[in-house]
Amino acid sequence: MLKLTDLVVLRDEARLFQPLNATLEAGGCVELLGPNGSGKSTLLRTMIGLHDQYEGTYECPDCFYQGHKLGLDDLMNPIENLEWFLGLEGSSFDEDSARKALARVNMVEYALVPCSRMSQGQKRRVSMVRWILSKRLAWILDEPFTLLDATGVRLVNELIQEKCEAGGLVVCATHLPLQVQEKKSIQLEALSGSQV
Amino acid sequence: MGSVWVREWRAVVRNRSAIINPVAFVFLGVLLFNLGSRSYEESFDGSALGMLWVLVLIANLLALDSTFRRDFESGLLEQIFVSAEVPFLILFLKVLMQWMTTGFLISLLSPLLALLMGVPYELLGNTFVALLIGTPTLSFLGAIGASLTVGMGRGGALLALLVLPLYIPVLIFGVDVSQSQSIALTEISSLYWLFFISLASLTLAPFAILLGLKISLAMD
Amino acid sequence: MKIKELWHRLGSPRWFFYYSGAWVRFFGVFALILLSVGFVWGLLFAPPEQYQGNSFRIFYIHLPAAILCQSLYLAMGVGGFVLYVWRMKLADILIAACLPLGMSLTVLALFTGAVWGKPTWGTWWEWDGRIVSTTVLLFLYIGIFAIREAISDSELRGKASGLVAMVGMINIPIIKYSVDWWTTLHQPATFTLTEKPAMPIEMWLPALVMVIGFYFFAAHNVLTRMRAEILRREAKTAWVKKLAVKMV
Repeated sequence: MLKLTDLVVLRDEARLFQPLNATLEAGGCVELLGPNGSGKSTLLRTMIGLHDQYEGTYECPDCFYQGHKLGLDDLMNPIENLEWFLGLEGSSFDEDSARKALARVNMVEYALVPCSRMSQGQKRRVSMVRWILSKRLAWILDEPFTLLDATGVRLVNELIQEKCEAGGLVVCATHLPLQVQEKKSIQLEALSGSQV
Repeated sequence: MGSVWVREWRAVVRNRSAIINPVAFVFLGVLLFNLGSRSYEESFDGSALGMLWVLVLIANLLALDSTFRRDFESGLLEQIFVSAEVPFLILFLKVLMQWMTTGFLISLLSPLLALLMGVPYELLGNTFVALLIGTPTLSFLGAIGASLTVGMGRGGALLALLVLPLYIPVLIFGVDVSQSQSIALTEISSLYWLFFISLASLTLAPFAILLGLKISLAMD
Repeated sequence: MKIKELWHRLGSPRWFFYYSGAWVRFFGVFALILLSVGFVWGLLFAPPEQYQGNSFRIFYIHLPAAILCQSLYLAMGVGGFVLYVWRMKLADILIAACLPLGMSLTVLALFTGAVWGKPTWGTWWEWDGRIVSTTVLLFLYIGIFAIREAISDSELRGKASGLVAMVGMINIPIIKYSVDWWTTLHQPATFTLTEKPAMPIEMWLPALVMVIGFYFFAAHNVLTRMRAEILRREAKTAWVKKLAVKMV
């Protein structure tokens, strides 16, 4: 369960937006909207603990995070990257389920190709495999639609929908509105109001 | 943990320049030293050992930035902090791997390097031991500096300024051990100091590295 | 006021500003008195040393400078620790305030040491344990200064300099005990807390006066800098504006 109480994120001692209040139960989905520079990325990073300056409180379960940097090692291929990631989380790595997940995102032919040889869009598809395989309850995604074609966009929406139906939690900062059945929206406006 | 070590190993093996550069640098330095010192006398005055140690220090310094930089820029470091159960252990392994590709390799090659610098045979053994025990400290203390500067672009000079003062005790004790004439290693007091510093930095530095990386990640 | 209450109050820069006002004046006045007395006493009235003659007198500046530069670094290290554990902004202000004086005193200690060394032991500089570790101290100061310059975000800057200060604290015991571990240029400690000093009272009393005077001066300097920084940071708040109006 995600809960924000009077949360204001600070950067260099300056408040980025008005205090936020929000609650999200299991199965819920939030899209975080706002113009560039309004603090969406910083808010997400605060929720997972990478950013330390804030006022107010928040409760956030253990999440899977994908930020602007994908977190894929260019020198390794997708299978090796997934093996490392799952080892990190403490889950066991099963090559079959990895390949199945790769097939879901249409990247199974590239399973043994080093990531340095892929385009940005292809790398983003590979990173989506981690969403599927991660054992964490919540996803925190920063601009997941970047550099994806129409199929990719549809895929992202499908995955988020499935995660919510399975009882997970998704928080998503995005410029493109999410196409899911039930969602809340938080609009961050730089230095002025923000409504839920 | 196995998969973490495997990944570090792969990162090193597929990125050959990371290994070759520090070792090549030391050889180059030895060459420069020989060309630059004007006297071709056979007498060994001890400064050659000091120069070798300084070269090792600088080679380590040059290799420090890469400890975390690739992972920082690709986003792997964020993943370590968010998803890993024990980030501490992963960072420890990472720095250990950095040592294996710099200090450890240089220590293995040190008898050859020392010979090329004109060091007499009797001191080669001590030099090897001193380097083997002293270089982990260099990697671990240096990683503290690297953890702070990784978020700052290529802060090369800042890294040197932060790290070299911490290297000085290692240099002093290391040269002392290398130069000791006594064959029985257990009689050299500086060796115990070197050992103590090594153990202390191995156990305490990872905490500072963790804090430094958190600062760098927050700067992003 | 109880310690715990005092500690919590320290979290407020404004409270600290008002509370330290009286202390700044106290330290300033007494620093002036003690330093003038100590200076004159040490340079003019203390007896000349048995072998060194009058060149010994620079000891009266060298000793306090050396003691203070270490103490100021310790203060920075403690400040770093407080910053991390209690997240007090005042600790970051403390670190920034100790930096300039700490650096200057380290340079002064090294310089006066060199000036003392030449006529006395025939050498400007030796690479003995204490000189080397004090030089390392100077570089640690410079390192903290450099990292503060490199980071623009004020909270991250505080954390980074706090971390470097804490890591560098290992150097302080090395400086202190290096004279006991290696005997080269410096002699073993003349002053310990437990034994009588190896120096006659007419010589160490002015030294004591100078040391206390330097401590008071350092306190005055650090507090003044902290107060100035607090005013700068809180410039937009009502209490500072009221203060400015009152002063005009």
